[in-house]
Amino acid sequence: MEKERMVWIYKTMNQIRKFEEEALRLFESNKLRGSVHLYIGEEAIASTICSNLSDEDYIASTHRGHGHCIAKGARLDLAMAELMGKATGYCKGRGGSMHIADLSKGNLGANAIVGGGIPIATGGALAIKLSGKKNVAVAFFGDGASNEGTFHEALNMAAIWKLPVIFVCENNGYGLTMPVKESTSVSDIAERGAGYNIPGVVVDGNDVFAIDEAFRAAQERALAGEGPSLIECKTYRWMGHWTGDPQVYRTREEVASWMEKCPIKRFRQYLLENEILTEAELTEIEEATAKEAAEASEFAINSPEPDPAHVMDDVFAD
Amino acid sequence: MSIKTYAVAIRDVIDQEMAKDSRVFVMGEDIAEQGGIFGCTRGLLDKYGKERIKNTPISEAGIVGLGVGAACAGMRPIVELMYMDFTFCAMDQIINQAAKTRYIFGGHGTVPLVIRGQQGVGRGNAATHSQSLEAIFMHFPGLKVAMPSTPAEAAGLLRTAIRDNNPVMFFEHKALYATKGEVPDDPEFAIPFGKADIKREGKDVTIVGTHLYVGKALQAAEILAKEGISCEVIDPRTIVPFDTETVVNSVKKTGRLVTVHEATKTLGFGTEVVAQVVEEAFPYLDAAPVRLGAKQCPLPFNLTLENAVVPQVEDIVAAVKKTLYL
Repeated sequence: MEKERMVWIYKTMNQIRKFEEEALRLFESNKLRGSVHLYIGEEAIASTICSNLSDEDYIASTHRGHGHCIAKGARLDLAMAELMGKATGYCKGRGGSMHIADLSKGNLGANAIVGGGIPIATGGALAIKLSGKKNVAVAFFGDGASNEGTFHEALNMAAIWKLPVIFVCENNGYGLTMPVKESTSVSDIAERGAGYNIPGVVVDGNDVFAIDEAFRAAQERALAGEGPSLIECKTYRWMGHWTGDPQVYRTREEVASWMEKCPIKRFRQYLLENEILTEAELTEIEEATAKEAAEASEFAINSPEPDPAHVMDDVFAD
Repeated sequence: MSIKTYAVAIRDVIDQEMAKDSRVFVMGEDIAEQGGIFGCTRGLLDKYGKERIKNTPISEAGIVGLGVGAACAGMRPIVELMYMDFTFCAMDQIINQAAKTRYIFGGHGTVPLVIRGQQGVGRGNAATHSQSLEAIFMHFPGLKVAMPSTPAEAAGLLRTAIRDNNPVMFFEHKALYATKGEVPDDPEFAIPFGKADIKREGKDVTIVGTHLYVGKALQAAEILAKEGISCEVIDPRTIVPFDTETVVNSVKKTGRLVTVHEATKTLGFGTEVVAQVVEEAFPYLDAAPVRLGAKQCPLPFNLTLENAVVPQVEDIVAAVKKTLYL
């Protein structure tokens, strides 16, 4: 992997981590309300995959979508303002944490309905194919979504029409409180690709290089007109399903064991050991992203509330 | 003008809009070689190929969801659902995704998606394939809802729907497909949404009907005319947006209102019409409005039973007389 992309991925992973830590801080100090699902522990997936995408490639995201949106080019300040429901937010305060979108960056939106974004990303791929473009669409979703009908319908349609879409399952071990091994008929969700005659691969979702290799193969296949792929990234969410989750369904030991496998720490180690970045350069990225996230919070806190006079705007387009 | 059936009028507009705009494409079940089970895409496969006249698997949530995604990504999809009853299989994608996307994304992006298909009684399709579902889609903000009652209106409203930048639920009626009427040849002929059509002018009682019940209301008006009762029959054509003004102005003139549709009476479109008229024109009313709709009962298969559930022309005649205390 070229150095420039490695630096971008490391920076993006840190932006996401710091953003999520700020969001948690604001939530815990009652400055932020609603359902907030944090991506901490899963940063390698969105960052690595989006490092291979341009603004003309589409993604559709999930309820745990801050990471995907940031990796697809969302500004931290506008995203945090949206989390706080402010007029300056990406969606003018109408969407909140679960609905950040920026179509100008190819982000078809975070999606609060589990599995809701999978056919939408696939529709993005259909648009790419019909308009003869050389791009891909990426559907991010969790393990839980692989039990929704939309997953199966979209995989089948993408397969029969050879659409340039990559289905990226972020298997973080639990669908809310239910462990994957209890909710899901297969031990690896990637096996479900076989049911639709498409490649399904399992990768370590905390390993930038494993994700990158699998994704680039899938992207190449999609761009060659050979159709979709399913990539299952095994990962773990450090925090609960949402901020405030009592987490009765898992042990502290299990959480601690995954925190040991921190994707950021791991990638940092690699960059340092292979002399790609120095300690000083790494620290600089970490400090800069922390500052950016803190400034995003300040921006959000100081932003105005939306004006109720405009509450009915944009229900319909002209 | 050409004489066309309702189905051919629909097909011709799809054809003209596809020829004009490469972003327009159709997907749905059995729409390619078959041309749709009601023929609304017949012949278009040969002209536009299987990428733009796209046969889909039986996956309604997937079809609508791909339509939403393709629309957000700059296309103008027309999704055909074989029966509008199948919207229930795709409800999340229609209500939570298509209808809300633009608003919750802060006005960024548009979803120019037409979801069209037929509904209603008339072919003995029984309870799960004969329902009239328009009111459900009126209830949720973010969707426009069209219900053409003639071939010309099917053509004019569909052109507007395809060119609209919002998701449109386009309800056709299976019993209207074979009906014939004059349709303008002008390839720009379009009927604006939110403009009701006064199908028959009258002075004694206002009747608001939709779909098949525009025709049945006109039949009732004819019968009543022979008894010296003058009915004004209004077809709203789109129920979202709904032309309240035309109906209210009519009721201000007649002082009496009957609403009639094939959908169940409970919380049907007529309920909303009556509520709006009462709010806007209460002092003008000379009698309580009467709502007619299907009984609160699943549609039975047997034709005699089916007819016992949905309103008949004589029910409209009786309802009009009731508002006149006759």
